[in-house]
Amino acid sequence: MTAHVLTDCWTMTRRELAHWQRRPVQAVVAVAFPLMMLVMFVYFIGGGMRVGNYREFLVPGMFALTMAFGLEATMVALTQDLNRGVIDRFRSIPMAQSAVLVGRSLHDMLESAVSLVVLVGAGLLVGWRWHSGLVEAAAAVGLLLLLRFAMLWAGIYCALVAGRPELVQAVQILIWPVAFFSNVFSSPATMPTWMGHVAEWNPMSATARAVRELFGNPVWGGGDSWAGSHATLLAVLWPLALLAVFFPLAVRKYAAMGK
Amino acid sequence: MGTDDAVVVEGLRKDYGSKQALSGLDLTVRSGTVHGLLGPNGAGKTTAVRILSTLLRPSAGRAVVAGYDVVARPDEVRRRIGLLGQHAAVDEELSGRQNLEMFGRLYHLGARRAAAEAEALLERFGLADTGRKPVSAYSGGMRRRLDLAASLIGSSAHGDGDGAGQRVLFLDEPTTGLDPRGRNEVWNAVRSLVGGGTTVLLTTQYLEEADQLADTVAVIDAGHVVAEGTPDELKAKLGADRIDVVVRDVAQLEAAASVVGMAAGAAEVTRDPDRRLLSAPVGDRMAALAGAVRGLEAAGIDAEDIALRRPTLDEVFLHTTAKEAGAA
Repeated sequence: MTAHVLTDCWTMTRRELAHWQRRPVQAVVAVAFPLMMLVMFVYFIGGGMRVGNYREFLVPGMFALTMAFGLEATMVALTQDLNRGVIDRFRSIPMAQSAVLVGRSLHDMLESAVSLVVLVGAGLLVGWRWHSGLVEAAAAVGLLLLLRFAMLWAGIYCALVAGRPELVQAVQILIWPVAFFSNVFSSPATMPTWMGHVAEWNPMSATARAVRELFGNPVWGGGDSWAGSHATLLAVLWPLALLAVFFPLAVRKYAAMGK
Repeated sequence: MGTDDAVVVEGLRKDYGSKQALSGLDLTVRSGTVHGLLGPNGAGKTTAVRILSTLLRPSAGRAVVAGYDVVARPDEVRRRIGLLGQHAAVDEELSGRQNLEMFGRLYHLGARRAAAEAEALLERFGLADTGRKPVSAYSGGMRRRLDLAASLIGSSAHGDGDGAGQRVLFLDEPTTGLDPRGRNEVWNAVRSLVGGGTTVLLTTQYLEEADQLADTVAVIDAGHVVAEGTPDELKAKLGADRIDVVVRDVAQLEAAASVVGMAAGAAEVTRDPDRRLLSAPVGDRMAALAGAVRGLEAAGIDAEDIALRRPTLDEVFLHTTAKEAGAA
């Protein structure tokens, strides 16, 4: 059976990829959502941001936000499979059971990579530029995908624990204050002191700031706190810490579904 | 266990905290037969099926499916079973063909065999011309048939170990939520399986369904079997045949009940005013029939219909589960 692990993982990934072709509208909407946010903040709200080049500040933040919101996409897809009994069927056939979650994560990473490419293109269109070398840019992309990977396993765990569409909605709502309680849209230096500190410790802020630094985009203050001055380190540690918690929890939860 | 037994369950228990979903279930299903598991909501039917299909671990007891213990050798069991859960567990966004090919690949048939089997199964279940539509556009009956087809994927596998061709199918309330037409489609599909040596364990709340499909039936209530046998044996267990009388005027139902009760020598006559029907168990069939006809005529009661019949499974079911409730 172990001989089939790789083919089973690929079969499960292909299943998800077939969805793209089957529901092109949904695939477009999934990518369009961060684009819409980008347009909203650049053109509707960005005009009111009287500090330097807001677009150069915002676009890397949107990259990080999109990766973090991937939690929701993963949770929705897995919850649907759980509720439709599809997971039960997978569990009752002689396939490599690890392929269910591995296939999910392979697909979600591919999808996120595609939406990142689209978002980079959109960023360039609205006037964002990177001012560093290829190595730094590659490192920035690596950090973004690392955050997505951590959020993916958090999403898998949430779906396995909650497993109900109502709770997906709760997560979809709660994710917003977390998104704004960060440096994605504005500098923590402009927030009340304690809030600014909390916002700087947000994992999304660490990635956003690290990516800004790596792309050579403005970071706007903060800098004086430990979290602010060690953003790149935190952008590695935070996702690894989240993975260290959620990966084993998710795997254990899946294996224990029959208990 | 006999080698002819596809499913053997002994003293199976499943506890959720202090709640017992199964309280010592014993069950034997012979190969190539359809066994009905009949019971009300919460009787433990789904729990039993989930344990037998390796989705759930039992708290105690033993379950052997196709010769393998479900706890010790789940992989071997999974190669030999098909599961039809309460929802049609197919990918709604993919076509029927894509679904079947995906499951074929997950059974490691290889791309060509998977495609060939998908094609054959779509043909067999009358889905060939819908194979490209997404499942979300299917009717309820079509979804269920696709679900059935999916649970048979890989069952014609050769060189895949012993017994790979003989499937044990678990159908958990396969027609719940279907309209009569969809129900008939699924029934016909299930009947078509049995000739090929497939064993079916079918749970249902519909007594008619068990009567239609099952060779043997176990009535289960509160997590264990309360009665078992062929549908005919179960009906015989309730004892007597029954006499049914439909009166023309519902106002005469009471009077007719006492006449028929007397003629049948029955203490208990059930009345259904909506259908102007009364029913009583009979000992001596002919004496009861003749007595009822004469008595009704003498009392001036106009009967629309008089008939002798075997008890229905409904009556067996109510009888056995009510006895349980009384004993508890």
